[in-house]
Amino acid sequence: MMFGGHLLSVLIWLPIIGGCVVLGLGKQPAAAKWLSLGVSVLTLLLSIPLWTSFTTGIATMQFVERAPWIATIHSQFYIGVDGISMPLILLTTFTTVLILIASWINVAKRVAQYFAAFLILEGLMIGVFAALDGVLFYVFWEAMLIPMFIIIGVWGGPRRVYATIKFFLYTFLGSLLMLVALIYMYLRAGSYELAAFQTLPLTLTEQTCIFLAFFAAFAVKVPMWPVHTWLPDAHVEAPTGGSVVLAAIMLKMGGYGFLRFSLPIAPDASRELDWLIITFSLIAVVYIGFVALAQRDMKKLIAYSSIAHMGFVTLGMFIGYQIVVHTGRTAGVEMGIDGALVQMLSHGFVSSALFLCVGVLYDRVHSREISDYGGVINTMPMFAAFMVLFALANSGLPGTSGFVGEFLVILASFKANVWFAFLAATTLVLGAAYSLWLVKRVIFGEVANDKVAALKDLNGREFLVLGLLAAVVILFGVWPAPLLDVIRASTDHLAQQLLISKIAP
Amino acid sequence: MNAGSFNPNYFAQGLSFAAPEIFLGLAACAILMLDLLLSDARRHWTGVLAVVSLGVTAVLVAVQPVTGRVVALGGLYELDPMGQVLKVVTLIIVAAVFVYSSDYLRRRAIFKGEYFVLGLFATLGTLVLTAAANLITLYLGLELLSLCLYAMVAFDRDSGIAAESAIKYFVLGSMASGTLLYGMSIIYGVTGSLELAAIADAVRNGLGDNIGLIFGIAFIIVGVGFKFGAVPFHMWIPDVYEGSPTCVTVFIGTASKLAAFALAMRLLPEALGGSQQDWSQMLVVLSVLSMAIGNIVAIAQSNLKRMLAYSTISHVGYVILGILAGTAQGYQAAMFYMISYVIVTAGAFGMILLLGRQGFEADKLADFKGLVVRSPWFALMMAILMFSLAGLPPFIGFPAKLGVVQAVLGVDMTWLGVVAVLFSVVGAYYYLRVVKIMLFDEPVDTAPLGGSMLMRTVLSCNALLVLGLGVMPGALLQLCQRALP
Repeated sequence: MMFGGHLLSVLIWLPIIGGCVVLGLGKQPAAAKWLSLGVSVLTLLLSIPLWTSFTTGIATMQFVERAPWIATIHSQFYIGVDGISMPLILLTTFTTVLILIASWINVAKRVAQYFAAFLILEGLMIGVFAALDGVLFYVFWEAMLIPMFIIIGVWGGPRRVYATIKFFLYTFLGSLLMLVALIYMYLRAGSYELAAFQTLPLTLTEQTCIFLAFFAAFAVKVPMWPVHTWLPDAHVEAPTGGSVVLAAIMLKMGGYGFLRFSLPIAPDASRELDWLIITFSLIAVVYIGFVALAQRDMKKLIAYSSIAHMGFVTLGMFIGYQIVVHTGRTAGVEMGIDGALVQMLSHGFVSSALFLCVGVLYDRVHSREISDYGGVINTMPMFAAFMVLFALANSGLPGTSGFVGEFLVILASFKANVWFAFLAATTLVLGAAYSLWLVKRVIFGEVANDKVAALKDLNGREFLVLGLLAAVVILFGVWPAPLLDVIRASTDHLAQQLLISKIAP
Repeated sequence: MNAGSFNPNYFAQGLSFAAPEIFLGLAACAILMLDLLLSDARRHWTGVLAVVSLGVTAVLVAVQPVTGRVVALGGLYELDPMGQVLKVVTLIIVAAVFVYSSDYLRRRAIFKGEYFVLGLFATLGTLVLTAAANLITLYLGLELLSLCLYAMVAFDRDSGIAAESAIKYFVLGSMASGTLLYGMSIIYGVTGSLELAAIADAVRNGLGDNIGLIFGIAFIIVGVGFKFGAVPFHMWIPDVYEGSPTCVTVFIGTASKLAAFALAMRLLPEALGGSQQDWSQMLVVLSVLSMAIGNIVAIAQSNLKRMLAYSTISHVGYVILGILAGTAQGYQAAMFYMISYVIVTAGAFGMILLLGRQGFEADKLADFKGLVVRSPWFALMMAILMFSLAGLPPFIGFPAKLGVVQAVLGVDMTWLGVVAVLFSVVGAYYYLRVVKIMLFDEPVDTAPLGGSMLMRTVLSCNALLVLGLGVMPGALLQLCQRALP
């Protein structure tokens, strides 16, 4: 194994240390850019063995590393990946490279700091997905807020200060309640290991409190209706790179948290409170779908579409309990979770692609208003092809990655309750409506104004970024089997875990 | 130990225990004399000698072989691991404070020897207080510290606001000292002893419900609460912090907080451990009010020193959280919190000192606008300090907060833990605002930063320590664990 079994540590620390070095290159922006790109590409290459050497078919943690850290509270530097976290780490390394390439020329001020922030953020995000110790997880989880706060605050739009402080405080509040839950369980279990938390017997009241504390942290991050209001603000004000990292990775952390913490640690409370999550998810799918339809700002539209899609993710995770109630059998529980995970990954690609598309237009016209565009296809045919593809993927067209996850989740909902499936399936209509209507207004039609007439088509750099994303979206759309193979063992294990009561005897 | 008959060997041993304090006292007197002989041009030697004597004292304390609790000098002085750690931290912090202050004093043309001499005596007071095994020694140390601080606040003679602060501080401080003394006298009356160990025995052996004892505890809590600056005894903090010259504010914000912590630990767990139930309940009120008022009122401040004053009040609430838990883990957590807090505070005030210059005190929030353009390095350092105060990982404020919340959860006061974290969200807002001002705003003041190379180096080390100890808090946590087993 590479690095004597320290591959994950290298993946975490390489970007962080690289970022600190880049930070020191404030006076040489060109060198800072190239060094950042080098570090992020190296991290991407190093993360590929995670996939290739991954043993499918087992649910245990792999690439495990364990080192003493804070002895007095029995907290260790304990990291590892399973089928749930490994694809998310690859998503992180892949997306970061794209972000850095996409930001190459459109960051005007404090270039080195911008690139450094993304590198440090990358390391911290990988840490979140890899951590198997409660304190370690929390450290990465919170530390991640700092670079994001700065990215939105320094390089964002006109209302960036409001947006970034709102983003920070919202997520900080949720996380602190999670911290209390973690400490509570540590005092019960005598260890911060997540595995110890997962096997710790807890009464229903304890589980409910812990579940709600985790819910505060993860629901804000996902974000679920009604705590989603920070997201449109943050997205609109963030620079393109910030929007991409928010949509592609940060939102996934909420979903990951539900899978790694809420479901296995508080399965009985999850069963009791599944109505809460399912209701919020369906509201997100239907109501937020309509809200997206009404947006006039492209970034806001995609932000609301993200919320709706993430509603699908949480629906898939918690629909299993209803399946058991209605069919009396456990078949299909894992399907919902598979669907949720695939949907998370797919949304990571599709939403970043859409934000990058908006970024491409914004760089040229400096407007995100839909009404400022029209007939872009006449001047940017290549770009138009990409944008249409990603919009279709966003609405779940078969043959794109967006379809696989949605299909699995709807199928699982069908087993639980036809009406759940019906409401969930409205996304196929609403998603198509807002995505395609966006495309119709921006891309098609007559050339709307002089600015659109003067547009230049994609340059090589932009083509590379969007091309890579398009390839991935189509690849997973037509051939999702490798991805499902990797995640299956872990999701099956989770599906069993969440159905076993752990109420203390 | 028989206090009645004089045993020369025992006395000599006691003197050797107290050698660091004796050395510091003598050094302070010597520096006072020497300062009279120095011309203004050579005045910096006073500062150098003060820092050197602090360093020597720190070494003397650190090499003392301390295994358990040893009482000496007729039951007046004690040597224990907690005292040793607190003394070393105090001495190092004061040395850093002197380094930060030297530049500031010189630039404001008030570079006088008195600052250092008073500072040394105040430090001596802290050491005596920390080493006290008897209520008299405790009070002696506290008054030595307080009187020096009153004088230091008024030390810039031409400043009206400083004189006002000094009077305010003096009047309120004397009242608090009086209250504390009254409480001590009641305790003496009830238990019949001034020695902390004897008081502890008396309280444990059946004095638990004595109404007189509880009365005494209430007065002691008032005195301790005042020295800490806990709500509702916090009124002096904002005015004194704002009015004092910044080089004195940083001294009050660090050394005197460590002294207050030592005072609380000596009086409450050590002497009155048997009535922990009683004082815990009182401390709950102090803690919650401090966290609430400190964090909420800090939001409204536009003066950085005043904001940090309210921030101190809130952080004291968190320290008290650890103490009121009444467990060894709680005391350790409180000590870790206190030490981490003074490290961060020293750095934060150090930044204000660094930005100040002749006739200009950089104590408004607006003075930090666009610092990242003027000096990216120190903007980064200040950002580290602010994020640490907000309790964010990977900075030292996080393990500190983790510890105290764990302490209250450990004694089934989960609600208090939830209250604590909720108020830290409120607190995060105003720390973030400082970061916002430094990083997101455009600079209005483009003057280059002052500060000697030495000061810049020490300040940078201070901030990097906040990061380093945040990533690797294990060693300091273990030190606190050994100090309070």
